[in-house]
Amino acid sequence: MVSLHSYLILSAILFSIGTIGVLTRRNAIVIFMCVELMLNAVNLTFVAFSRYLGNVDGQIFVFFVMTVAACEAAVGLALMIAFFKNKESIDVEDVNLLKW
Amino acid sequence: MLESLFFLIVAAVAVLSGILVITCKNPINSALSLILTFFCVATFYVMLEAPFMAAVQVIVYAGAIMVLIVFVIMLLNIKTETDKRTSHAVLISSIIGLFVLFETIYFLNRSSLTGSKGLMDSAMIKSVGHTEIIGKALFTDFLLPFEITSLLLLVAIVGAVVVSKRKI
Repeated sequence: MVSLHSYLILSAILFSIGTIGVLTRRNAIVIFMCVELMLNAVNLTFVAFSRYLGNVDGQIFVFFVMTVAACEAAVGLALMIAFFKNKESIDVEDVNLLKW
Repeated sequence: MLESLFFLIVAAVAVLSGILVITCKNPINSALSLILTFFCVATFYVMLEAPFMAAVQVIVYAGAIMVLIVFVIMLLNIKTETDKRTSHAVLISSIIGLFVLFETIYFLNRSSLTGSKGLMDSAMIKSVGHTEIIGKALFTDFLLPFEITSLLLLVAIVGAVVVSKRKI
């Protein structure tokens, strides 16, 4: 059986890829997708721990994380559409109304 | 042995498609790579004997959420990202990202992994069924969070409609 350690390292790698994506990209939708990638890395950690400890609570948490991700997708994409109507762009550099 | 080999292959595909998500110029290509990553994660759930989670992963993530994202990308008709951030910003961000990675792996190697043990094991999953285990936990111990989740979904529906309306 594959060790818990391998799963944790894999999800750390996926999480870091998501972090780099959020920090380097400028397209808001791509940033959004990177956040989804990070959520998936965390979900993988939850399921791996749940399986190796024999505790079902982790998988229930994954269920809730997925619900929150779905809500986030709906509201986030609605925000992007509203922003695109105003500025004709979804570049995060153009989101500067509150910039000091 | 065979399982480890399979794990390595699927892990390599997951990491490569994850890298493609953040390097592709066209958002559609990023979205398609992300779907591949989601399928790899679903494969890991199957390997971890969580078939219900794998099914939900494919239906909700690779199905619903990605369809929504691809739909919005095509609706907005975004031109390909021409100029990325300046190179020193990319460098600093990559250093931060790699620092997060090495920190995680360092603490992972330093500490021992423990937690409160539960009753779920391979034999129980096979005899009772994974969906039934999840369902029992969800509707007994986690009933209140489950109900609050329904409230969250309602708020999200109303919020999405209100935000994307032309005039409030």
